[in-house]
Amino acid sequence: MIELFRRDQDPWGQDILIGVSWDLMWAAVVLAAVFLVAHALWYRSRGFAAHATTPAPAPAGVPERVQRHSLAARIFHWSMSACMLTLLVTAFVPVMGLEIPAWVTIHWIAGVALIASVIYHIIHSIGWQDFWSMMSFGPSFFRDGAAQMKHIASSGAPEPKAGKYPFDHRMYHHAVIVASLAAIATGVVMMMRIDTPFFERNPYLVTDSTAGIIFAIHGIAGVGFILLIASHIYFALRPDKRWLLWSMVRGWIPRDVYAEHFDPSRWNVTGDSARSGKAGSGALADASVSAPAEDA
Amino acid sequence: MANMKDMIPAFDLVQPTTVEDAVDLMKDAGDEGWVLAGGLDTMDWFKDRIKRPRVVIDVGGIEEMRGIRDEAGGVEIGALTSLTQVATHQRVRSEFGLLSTAAENVATPQIRNQGTLGGNVSQDTRCWYYRSGWPCYRAGGNVCYASAPLAMNREHCIMGRSRCVAVNPSDTAPALIALDAKMVVQSPRRRLYDAEDFFIGPSVDITRMTVMEPGDLLTQVFVPAFWANSNFYFEKVRDRGSWDFSLVSVAAAFRMSGNTIEDARIAVNGVAPYPVRLDAVERLVQGETASETIQNAAGELAIQGTRALRHNDYKIVMMRNLVRRAVRSVAA
Repeated sequence: MIELFRRDQDPWGQDILIGVSWDLMWAAVVLAAVFLVAHALWYRSRGFAAHATTPAPAPAGVPERVQRHSLAARIFHWSMSACMLTLLVTAFVPVMGLEIPAWVTIHWIAGVALIASVIYHIIHSIGWQDFWSMMSFGPSFFRDGAAQMKHIASSGAPEPKAGKYPFDHRMYHHAVIVASLAAIATGVVMMMRIDTPFFERNPYLVTDSTAGIIFAIHGIAGVGFILLIASHIYFALRPDKRWLLWSMVRGWIPRDVYAEHFDPSRWNVTGDSARSGKAGSGALADASVSAPAEDA
Repeated sequence: MANMKDMIPAFDLVQPTTVEDAVDLMKDAGDEGWVLAGGLDTMDWFKDRIKRPRVVIDVGGIEEMRGIRDEAGGVEIGALTSLTQVATHQRVRSEFGLLSTAAENVATPQIRNQGTLGGNVSQDTRCWYYRSGWPCYRAGGNVCYASAPLAMNREHCIMGRSRCVAVNPSDTAPALIALDAKMVVQSPRRRLYDAEDFFIGPSVDITRMTVMEPGDLLTQVFVPAFWANSNFYFEKVRDRGSWDFSLVSVAAAFRMSGNTIEDARIAVNGVAPYPVRLDAVERLVQGETASETIQNAAGELAIQGTRALRHNDYKIVMMRNLVRRAVRSVAA
């Protein structure tokens, strides 16, 4: 039976939470591996590749290369990736028994870099990206979800065409938001208990029991990231999804991929955005560029 | 605090007579095993009911881990060799006086008769918060009680801290580093570590003081002849001259060419969670005579990067002065 949390007695003999059990880390690793294998087998058994439909012809005016991610967005993505991988490695590899000298220092520096990149992303996404296309929870979000579930459950249901951000991408993004903010908020409090240039070290800033809760939340977020990042890398490397990886490298997707996966009425790329190479239309962006018509 | 009314929790006692058997037994016991040699660190833990191993592997009967043997390239000291034997052995005294002096400075004659060289270098820290069984970082918890604003941290570290601020308590450790000794560690495979690399800090693993993990057994310490008959200096400052752990200690070996320091190895302990080799100071003094200028510069360089806790800023001055005095020992 795996343990969920580590507990101990404080100096007054009270039973307090210390953090998540490292059994959870191993459980996440095993669960991620099982999911990846199961998905690969399920995908093969469904015969998606064999039943790939001929893509509909792209509407007139769609450029050969459809801009999907701006350079600024790609820089954020890869910066965040580097931070996340560093954080995961420095958090869990020492627990697995491999020594990483000064892992705490590397960990908090990566954490600070992550915080900086997330702040940058929030500002950039509100001002210059398709913020509401990703973050809205209007009727289309639930329609997309229902269509996606139907597609997964039934081999006869076609893959729904999406706006700029498909349903599964949005769900993944929301999960990352929750895990990231939980890890960052708790991580900042944890940083106050170690030596950094930012805070006067104070181990008694919060009580032992509160610290235990903070460590537990941080640990749960970390364990969650094992699953999130493993599945993200898996899908990025799958042949059928590799266009997503390339779009995050090059910034654009080919016209035929656009025609196959996206609904032109919800992600219009025939306007100025495609011609000017702009990837988004946030609140501060030029109002004349093509805006996704999600729930408008 | 521990309840002292009960009995020490029961454990299975096994007494191997060969290193191979001991390693096998340790492997079987895994995290629930405990290696017993002189027992001076062990009994504290057991009596306080803080360590509760399922199996105690008493290695005291392994003869091959005892005694001091002359080797062509130096001396090999079994890890079970008592500190008294190390302190009084003729060749160690004559050629490696630094080590015999350090061993002589450990605790009391009774403890030196019972305590082993292996135990002295691999003993756990004496931070009383940790030794009292509090759930600190080193014990697997989330806090360092010794670095809290009002903590009693007079004996804690001034450098090398990473969450934990405990210090390494060994007297022989800096001497072995200064002599460039090699530590022989046996698990299923045999590994050799420089003494300098044998000790690790909390930034590497906060729950251990040395590279040894469960299943590892320190079997021998080899002291190479390179530093034999050098000019040595050892000094240990403690609260009670009769019996105490060091506040700060220094061990230094100098190879001289006339009045010039040809080569030097200097290590201090009691200032960090691991014994610290002062290689910057060594480079400073190499090729120099031990003038007052060099003595002072060595002391100042030694304390670069130190940072005191609330109650231990005296250690910075003490460390500077001990290093200065070590260099002064080879002044013309």
